[in-house]
Amino acid sequence: MSALVNVPESAAPGEIVDIKVLLQHPMETGFRTGPDGKLVPRNIIHSLRCLYLGEEVFAAELFPAVTANPFFAFTLVAEMTGQVEILWVDDSEEEHRETRTLTVG
Amino acid sequence: MTPTRRQAIVMSLALPLVLRVRPALATPEEMQAEIDRFTGGAAIVEAGVELKIPALVENGNSVPVSVSAESPMTDDDFVEEIAIFNEVNPLPNTVRFRFSPRSGRAEAQTRIRLNGSQHVTAIARKSDGTFHSAQVNVIVTAPACRES
Amino acid sequence: MSRAALLVFALAMPAVAQDRVTGFEQMSEDLQAMQNDPVANPGLFWLLDGETLWSEDPGTGAESCEGCHGDASDSMAAVAASYPAWDEESSRPVDLAGRINLCRTRHQDTGPFERESAELLSLSAYVTHQSKGMPITPDDDPRLARWRERGEALFSTRMGQLNLSCAQCHDTLAGGHLGSALIPEAHPTGYPQYRLEWETMGSLARRFDNCFFGVRAEPFGAGSEAYLSLELFLKSRAAGLLMESPAIRP
Repeated sequence: MSALVNVPESAAPGEIVDIKVLLQHPMETGFRTGPDGKLVPRNIIHSLRCLYLGEEVFAAELFPAVTANPFFAFTLVAEMTGQVEILWVDDSEEEHRETRTLTVG
Repeated sequence: MTPTRRQAIVMSLALPLVLRVRPALATPEEMQAEIDRFTGGAAIVEAGVELKIPALVENGNSVPVSVSAESPMTDDDFVEEIAIFNEVNPLPNTVRFRFSPRSGRAEAQTRIRLNGSQHVTAIARKSDGTFHSAQVNVIVTAPACRES
Repeated sequence: MSRAALLVFALAMPAVAQDRVTGFEQMSEDLQAMQNDPVANPGLFWLLDGETLWSEDPGTGAESCEGCHGDASDSMAAVAASYPAWDEESSRPVDLAGRINLCRTRHQDTGPFERESAELLSLSAYVTHQSKGMPITPDDDPRLARWRERGEALFSTRMGQLNLSCAQCHDTLAGGHLGSALIPEAHPTGYPQYRLEWETMGSLARRFDNCFFGVRAEPFGAGSEAYLSLELFLKSRAAGLLMESPAIRP
């Protein structure tokens, strides 16, 4: 499962920066029938979190109404140089992680 | 007005060939019940939240949504959460965003699925325990000549 | 620009170029922005997978795609913009996905990818991306002409229970509405492409299948003579329009 994460390379202290995340996932709703006429089991990413300097700055709870290959854009306040971590969990309950460095100064 | 034969044929192109058994759809009442669970029955101020969804959507499978709430986003006064509700999808819950003062802004974008034209509601819960909302009416058009 | 230069410019462009509208131009600003944003376009996932497959060892002792063709940005530039092409060995046209599979069976000692598989779509998308922004330039091999003509005939043949031809919608009624959907002119500038309807990447053959289903006709299927003919005709009808990749459509 891959992810595209866009974090600006650098920012000034106190600057509000835009973070964009695109995740590769079918977001199977659990309401659709397959070719055999049976319901396709639900398989969605249900949780997305963004940690900056080790603390949660943004999170999303996803329901089946979020589109396949989900896209998120949000902001955080640049404080000091450190890691921006994107963590997400789907119905397999395995946690996935992508990390970027935000350089502040 | 009775459609002409030509119109009837053209219209049939846009519709699925076979009627399918669909899961039960959410209703405005179910949406309201879910909103009540989110707010705990507290009063909601219909201001201070901006919900942006294009008025006309080309495909309900991917509807761009942008939501924001007015807030200084300080430790004492910030938006904790914004929840988005719909009234026609199988489930009234759509997506929820959780913020912190370090988010900088109570603002997020995503893309959602809308099973038909409907009202979509965004409700923000602030750190002082108040709730604020915005609602938009979305018209969803279906693409023609679908797969099934 | 001098008058002479203008004339040369005008001669170089196909006569109908300025009259045509692509599906991209018909999309809302939101969808155009989604296609153009390098972090918001889900088609990028297939492109990235295709890039990996391009250099991946097929595991049979044979060369990878890159081993023979080198850097795709050189060797594959403008290739997708000219496909379908003539295949000498089988004496018939072949589409890009078909060519990738022929490479696998003839040169990589392995089996073909299934049509519409993630692998074949990814490699096709990666090769097509090397033609991004380039004008569609149909292959001028004279042996393709007969197939192109067949495609043109098929395009205006009424088919299915609804007894409709491609041309009735995509020439005569293009720009109008079918139900609430805008009818496109059907220029294949961006296949394989990410359709919101499919929620995934799909081929032109899959889109043809949808059209045939729409008029209640039996689809011919990917790689069929009918689809190769239709694609050859559509590409010549779209000559000069610029390739998109990865394209998004509703």
